[in-house]
Formats: sequence, C-alpha cells, structure tokens
Amino acid sequence: MTTPTQATTPAAARTRTPIGAPGRLENDAKGGVGTSPQRPDGALKVTGEFAYSSDLWMDNMLWGVTLRSPHPFARIRAVDIAAALATPGVVAVLTAADVPGRNVFGLELSDQPVLADDVVRYQGEAVALVAADHPEIARQAAKKIRVDYQVWEPITDARAALGHPTWNRLHDHPAEDVELSRSAAAIHPKGNLVRHLKIRKGDPDEAADVVVRGEYSVGMQDQAFLGPESGLAVPDGEGGVDLYVATQWLHVDQRQICTALGLTPDQVRLTLAGVGGAFGGREDLSMHVHGCMLALHTGKPVKMVYNREESFFGHVHRHPAEMRYEHGATRDGTLVFVNCDIYFDGGAYASSTPAVVGNGGTMGIGPYVVPNVRIDAYGVYTNNPPCGAMRGFGSVQTAFAYEAQMDLLAAELGMDPIDLRVRNAMAEGSVTPHGQTIDSPAPVAELLQRLREMPLPAEPDGADIDLRSLPGGVANSTHGEGVKRGVGYAVTYKNVAFSEGFDDYSTARVQIEAHQGNPLVVVHTAAAEVGQGLVTIEQQICRTELGVENVIVHPKNTDVGSGGSTSASRQTYMTGGAVKLACEAVRDRILTLARDRTDAPLDDAALVDGNIVTPSGAVLMSIADAIGEAVIEETREHHHRPTEEIDPETGQGFAHVQYSFSAHRAVVDVDTELGLLKVVELACVQDVGKALNADAVVGQIQGGSAQGMGLAIMEEIVVKDGKIRNPSFTDYLIPTILDTPPMPIQVLEYADPHAPYGLRGVGEAPTISSGPAVAAAIRQATGLPLTRVPIRPEHITGT
Amino acid sequence: MDFLQPSTMAEALAAKAEHPGAVPIAGGTDVMVEMNFDKHRPPALLDVTRVSELTEWGMDDGRVRLGAGVSYTRIIDELGDRLPGLAMASRTVGSPQIRNRGTVGGNLGAASPAGDAHPALLAADAEIELQSTAGTRVVKAHEFYLGVKRNAARRDELITAIVLTPPSGPQQFCKIGTRNAMVISVAAFGLALHPDRRVVRTGIGSVAPTPRRAYAAEEFLAAELESAGLWESRAELPTALAREFGEKVKAAGAPIDDVRGTAAYRLHSLAVMARRAVTWAWTDYRTARGT
Repeated sequence: MTTPTQATTPAAARTRTPIGAPGRLENDAKGGVGTSPQRPDGALKVTGEFAYSSDLWMDNMLWGVTLRSPHPFARIRAVDIAAALATPGVVAVLTAADVPGRNVFGLELSDQPVLADDVVRYQGEAVALVAADHPEIARQAAKKIRVDYQVWEPITDARAALGHPTWNRLHDHPAEDVELSRSAAAIHPKGNLVRHLKIRKGDPDEAADVVVRGEYSVGMQDQAFLGPESGLAVPDGEGGVDLYVATQWLHVDQRQICTALGLTPDQVRLTLAGVGGAFGGREDLSMHVHGCMLALHTGKPVKMVYNREESFFGHVHRHPAEMRYEHGATRDGTLVFVNCDIYFDGGAYASSTPAVVGNGGTMGIGPYVVPNVRIDAYGVYTNNPPCGAMRGFGSVQTAFAYEAQMDLLAAELGMDPIDLRVRNAMAEGSVTPHGQTIDSPAPVAELLQRLREMPLPAEPDGADIDLRSLPGGVANSTHGEGVKRGVGYAVTYKNVAFSEGFDDYSTARVQIEAHQGNPLVVVHTAAAEVGQGLVTIEQQICRTELGVENVIVHPKNTDVGSGGSTSASRQTYMTGGAVKLACEAVRDRILTLARDRTDAPLDDAALVDGNIVTPSGAVLMSIADAIGEAVIEETREHHHRPTEEIDPETGQGFAHVQYSFSAHRAVVDVDTELGLLKVVELACVQDVGKALNADAVVGQIQGGSAQGMGLAIMEEIVVKDGKIRNPSFTDYLIPTILDTPPMPIQVLEYADPHAPYGLRGVGEAPTISSGPAVAAAIRQATGLPLTRVPIRPEHITGT
Repeated sequence: MDFLQPSTMAEALAAKAEHPGAVPIAGGTDVMVEMNFDKHRPPALLDVTRVSELTEWGMDDGRVRLGAGVSYTRIIDELGDRLPGLAMASRTVGSPQIRNRGTVGGNLGAASPAGDAHPALLAADAEIELQSTAGTRVVKAHEFYLGVKRNAARRDELITAIVLTPPSGPQQFCKIGTRNAMVISVAAFGLALHPDRRVVRTGIGSVAPTPRRAYAAEEFLAAELESAGLWESRAELPTALAREFGEKVKAAGAPIDDVRGTAAYRLHSLAVMARRAVTWAWTDYRTARGT
C-alpha cells in the first residue's frame, strides 16, 4: 500500500525549491469516471500535513508587507519612506516609482495600479511595500511610512455615481441622467460606467392583466476562504523569478505579472501552492507582483502572508446590487413581459465587473420563457471596495429579485408559486432573453416538481426541546415562543465556462510509461485545484480513458499550457475535456506501438484494467508490454464550442456555452418576535448532466447551498462611507454547522450532447437558488416583503 | 515584549507588582486576538496557567470559589448544578475549542460589555476576588465594571477567583446573536430568583457601556411577587407582570447602533428575553425544579 505523498519534487529547476512547494500527488485509490474515489490530497488535508501557500518557507527568506490606504478616495501628495527604510532589519521599501514595468493590472480592463502613484480609490489600496528579515519588523516599519493624503469625499452609491437619481419607470425609457455634481465625481478618467448591458426582446409596450413591481437589494458578500492570500517569490539570479502562490488561474496571473515587471513569460514562472479555498476571490492578483518586486529588488526569496483583516482588503468581493423589476402576466399566469434595471456596484476597479454584468443581465429574469423583455444592467465604479468574481457571478444577485417577483406575482394571481414557475419554465428549445436557443436538456419544471414531491421535515412536537433545533440555538432565546415555520422555493440557471466570444481553452499533458511492469500515468495541467477536487477528476478520467490504476497528478505550474480559470463551474468540463483528449492521443500511440507486437486488428481495441482488449473483452497484451521502454507523452488543448459577443443595442447573441439548472426548497423556522432564524432543511434538485464523481458533486451542492444561504441570512461586508466596518470573522459571519441544515439532494443526469461525458458544471448553480428559497421561506413565515438580503433580525422585528 | 511565567501565586503577584503593565493571559482567546490584529501591544504578558490556585474550583464555607482560570468547558461539565446561570452563559461562548481555552477571569479582565459571563455573574450576586502583594480584596460584580473595557482591578492586582453562592432558586440566561453558534452577543440577559432572600437579580449585556443590573426591574418584580404572595403560593406568573418586567429591564439599557445590531433592536430583544426568561424561571420555581 502506498501512503499518500506530497513529495517535494522540484517544480522549477532554475531555483531551489521551497519547503511547502507542491509535490506530485499519488495515492492508491481506484476508480474511473462515475465512481467516487478518495482524493489524492485528502489524507494530507485531513491529517494536517498538506502544505498551504502560507506554509511556504526558505532559509534566508525575507517577509514582505503591504502599506494600504486608510482612505477610500484621496490624492497622494507625497510618500516619505526614509524612517521605514532606516529601521534595522528592513531590506527594502518600494513605492509606485519602483514598479519595473507598467504600473497596471486587471483581469478584464487594466485599470488598477500595482501600487497607487497618484490617487487612491478605495480603502485598502496598496501604496507601498516593505521587506524585512522578520514579519513583525516589516509590519512596524510599514507604519513609519508617511503618506501625505489630500482626502476627498468618496462616491459610494452606484446609481449616484452614474448620475441616475431615479429608476427607469417606463418600459424603454433610459434612466434619467443628471449632471454629475463635480468633476471629481469621475473616479476613472473615462467616467464611472464600467459596462451597460441592454437586452431588448419583443414589444416593450405589451399590456398585461397583472403587473407586479419590486425593488430589491443585495449586500456585499465575501468569499471567506480560510487560507489567506499568500505566496513566496524566489529570484533566479538571472533577472527572472519563480512565484509559488495560491491562485485560480496561473496563466492570467503570469500575463499580468509580466506586464507589471516588464519581463517575458519564460522569466516569470508560476507554481500553484496549496490553496485554502477560492470561490472567485483569487481570480485577481493579490501579493503576486508585490512579492516578485521585492524578490527581484532584494535578490532574496520573499514571503507574503496576509492576516485575516488584511485579507478583507486583499481580494474583491461579490458585487452589491440594487434592482428594480416589473413583471406582467395574463390572468392565467403566463408571463407577458419583464422589465428590469440592475445596478452592480463594482467598487474602485473593474476586476470582473464587465462579465458580471454580462451574466447578471443575460440571465437576469431566471429560467423562464418571456416574450417581451427589457433589461438594463449597469456595472459602476464607486469608491467602495472593488468587487469581482464570486461563485454565482452576477446571477446570485438577480435571482433574489426575480424569484421574489415570481412569488409576488403568484400571490397577486392567487396561484401556487410552483405552478406559476412550472407554467413559465424554460425547456429544451426555449429561447432566452438574449436570443439563444437552449439546445440541451433544461429540466426546470421537473426540478420543481421533484422538490414538491419530496417529503417535508416533521413539525416540532413541543416535547423535549433541543435548543439546537430552535432559532438562536443554545443561546436560549426561545423555547418555541414566537416561532413560525415558512417554506420557500427558488429555481435558477447559470452559464458554465466563459461567455460572449471568449475562448477559454484548457491544456493537458498526459504521460505514460511502464514502471515495474505496470503502466504509470502522470497528468499535468495548470488548472488550479482550490479544494473542489479537480485533481481527483483528472485521475478518474485517466483511469477510464487509459485503463490504468496508477495516476500521478503533477504539480500545477506554467511549464504546461493554460488550464484556464478555476471559475465559472468550468474545470471538469474544460480541463477534464483536455485530459480526455490527451488520453485519447496517448491511447492512439499505445495502440500504434502495440501494432508492432501483434497482428491482431486493433482498430476497435480498448484499454481496460492494464490490458489491450478486443471488443469482446479478450486480452491481446498488457499495456506495459505494448509500451516497453517507451515514454509516451501527449499534450492537447480543449476548446469549447465558440460563443458570440452579444449585440450592444439589443443584447442578442449566442453568448453562453452551456447552462446548469438547480432548484431549492427551504424550510425555515423564524422567531418572529426576535427575528432569529433556524433553517430547518434545504432540499436541492440539480441536473449535472453526468456525475463524474458523485460524492464530489453532492459536496459541491452542499457547499454552494450553504454559501447561498449565508448571503440570505447573515453574510455581509458592511461598508459605510467607503469603509469596511467588519473586517474579521468575529463580525463577518458565515454559517456554522449549527446554522447549516440537513440537505436532501437529488442529482439528475440529463446529458448535454455538446459536453465531455455529457457533464454540466456543478459548483455555482446551488449557490444561486438556495438563498432566494431561504428568503422566500422567511417571507412566508413572517408575511413581510423583506426585499433586502442579508435579512437581519431588525428587518423582521421592525426595530 | 516580556513573557512572564510564574508557577506559584506568590510569584504571579510579585510579577504583577513588578510589571503593572503586564497583561495576564490564560486561554488567550481575547488577548491573542487583540495582539494578532495589532490592536493592543502590552509591554509584557503574564502567563497565569501554571498557577494551580487559579485553575481549580472548590467549596469554601458553602460557596463556590471559582479560580479565574477555570475553563468554560469545565464550568459546563462540573458546575452545571451549582452555578446553573453561569453554565448556561458558558455554553454560549464561542466554539468548543474556545470554551476549552477561555476563562471567566479573561472575560472579567477584558470587561467588554459583550462578555457572556457578566450577566450571569451579576444575576448571581457574584464577588470578584482580587489579589496583590498587598493583600486580597473582594469586589461585588455590580461594582466591578467601571466603563467600556475598564474594571475595578488595580494595575498591581490579579483577578484570582469568582465567589458565588449556589442558588436558592432558578436561574436563566439568554443571548441574542445573528447566528446560532460562535457569535458575540448583540444583547444578553441573566436572571436569578433568590427565594431565600425574596429578591430578584438581573444582568444585561451588550446594551450599555458596561454590563449592568436592571435595578428598577428587580425591585418591581420582587415587590410584585411579595405583594401577591406568589413566593408562597407558587401560583402562575401573570402574563402582564412578565411583560412589564420585560419593559422595565429594557428601560435599563442604553445601547448604541453598531455593526452587530441597532440600538432599537437591542432594547426590543432585551424586553422579549426578560419576559421569556422570567416566565421560564417562574415555571421552574413552581415545579420546584429550580429550588
């Protein structure tokens, strides 16, 4: 039996390898596609032996820290580093003037300075860097840097930043623009609009029997990953650098780092260090360029680790949103029109805002068929914390609004809310508001009907109270007094992979050789494992496609082509697809070698259990014998089918690769007098096309459901006047196990013919539909409209 | 920063006398968080975990002498019958790991208005034992909290123990948090009925600059119970009486709006908690479970 290992195999040959750098992952788990083998890093993680990026270490390394702006909006008049630099133990203090290349980065728009050089646009923006031989010395020295700020009043309201003081009140009349009050109101030179997405479908003036209107808002959620931003930059002595870092897309990081450092990709080599969660919060750069700058400047390895408070300023958050919706329907409950205005507060820099607007807008009315649609979705610059990618990506916010509207409409019509949804549900062949025909199964109605048929949890019987089952838990705030139960439903759909014409391919390299008489496979991709289990999926696909047991996962680095982003629910689809293609190429070469050793026809041969077998299962020879002394290696790119940019005026176009569908039913007990909650049960039905790893699929649904629920009832970064008021896990609350209910889950597998194995991306959809279902249950229990999430106790008590 | 590690009480008191700025540390669940967030940087830490008098509890003349360094887990496991209110409060502290480390002495040292132990200590008429090289003195809980994060201990004194009389009647503790575990209180309420003395005691947390008692509510309820003969009759507590008690407890609060909750909600929840708690406590008294 082999023990799971994470050996410290050198990933970058040009420099010494740090302690805690990732090694090859191997274990003796078995099982191909459709089984649930143990993950190769599972034992290491459970026993605490797995090295995370904050565990990286090299002798003689320096520690880097970041000085950040205390102000949301200010001009920097001067920076005096003399006192900091004179501190014993300090090796370097760097500012904007020291950025070797272009002082700019950004995922979609390059609009953010590596170090602020003129203006700071949010509280926490990086201004200067310190490297010292001890982290405490570096932190204390950073406090000695004197920055002379001319403080400006921040712009903190998204609609005000655009000069839209009013909502669109009529069908197709744009929001009123007013003159911005002063020139400083432009946070960026080209103004405060990042993107305005327009969707125009059908007749905006169509009349309806019944119209319901609502205004909704969603607070700023944090990814709340447990492993803080961290990494180690190692200079190679020849002007280049090796960076070990926890991230979501090594190659997009590499591109931005090269720009900022003025180096070429062969000079900037990245290796994925152990990642402690991501959820979108590691798509943007954090310490990457800063660490490399300090390493190249000092000639020494430099480690940077944010603490929990700094982490709240060190990554983007989920966009807060303000939304106004208008739904019109016939008396029998057929939707006639939907009009909506959606404002996403992108904060000070663009990050992923354009794509968030794209998703939020195109899928902004939910998985329903509506002939007449007007959507205006805006992404806006403000002086609030920058917002970007987070699981659900633009769709989480709108789902709270459109699903609340469906309940409102059902109440207005006197209809059952599930019946109303089923009547208007999308199906295969339906056309979206952006004019895309759904060309694979879309079981929206079935998801809802299955939920309705699932048994409800038992009502409390009043005897033998277990405080943990009540709102407030062991805090002993009720023994049942004031408690009412509500049940709510929500359904959603979400695009998988990148959209609107973007070719987000993945690359995989697969190698096979005979080792001690057995075939041994090494799979190498740059696709980030962030905890979701891609490393397991890569092994499973190799086992299935090559008929082998032993599959080693190579450390993820930039020695192989891009794996694309670990986001948009795309890695099993995209990198899994690339691994499958590379395996197929390897299989062809194995069969070619085998032809030298046999006269048997091999055109229909398969690789099974270490052997080459005929279609009838007869063993022709072992794979090891076929390979002999050869080492076979193939690298393949996997591109999904192309999509289109949408029309800038009508919003029409084939924008999305694939959709995933999920629905939730929430049962919530509400202490109506105190406004405290106990989510009793959160049931989910989701179509995943094909479950490559059933346990991992259920894990994704459980985690996504909890994260969506968290936004509905507690998770919010509270921002006032551009400043974060709760940058800690003391006051930014995420659900504990006592807040997280049992989750009955049904997984459907309606294959998507366009996708590898027919699979659909899983990770995001449950994050989208769970929160609206919880909110709906609380509304049912209380009878209150509750148009803002997170729902706080005082929203329920009215105090 | 100096790190002092006395192993006897005498050494600890001498160290505190010599380093009055030293911050005592037991479980570190508050002190270390403050330091890690760079909010507090004391000149020295005084590790009190090796002083056995601080980490044990015992009976002394019928009263419980609870060492300041006894963990919340031990209070829950070992003192649930003798100190029911404090044990209920202890159950609401943090997570199992934090309850294994955290101590009532730490809660008293920090003197945060949100400390979970305080309302229970106030309701139980607890006394705080303070020692220095100059001697030992005892401060009543309601005189111990002087201001936001300020207490009655002098700079040369250590909080060494909490002395409590086992209850003659039922005790209750309730807390409001915006999640169902591991949460700092938005408001908290402690209640003890003392039928032997015919008095009512309360403690309120997170609703004023310091933990405090709701004196008017205590006197109101005690007088009503007396005049209606309810102590003897153990008849049902009138609903209106419970409600008015809640309103009088609420009147003792002087909260602020902050990121954890609004002042209005804090007051509202205080009234609800007090009404419910007194109803539960009286039911216990009637069925003699709490006597």
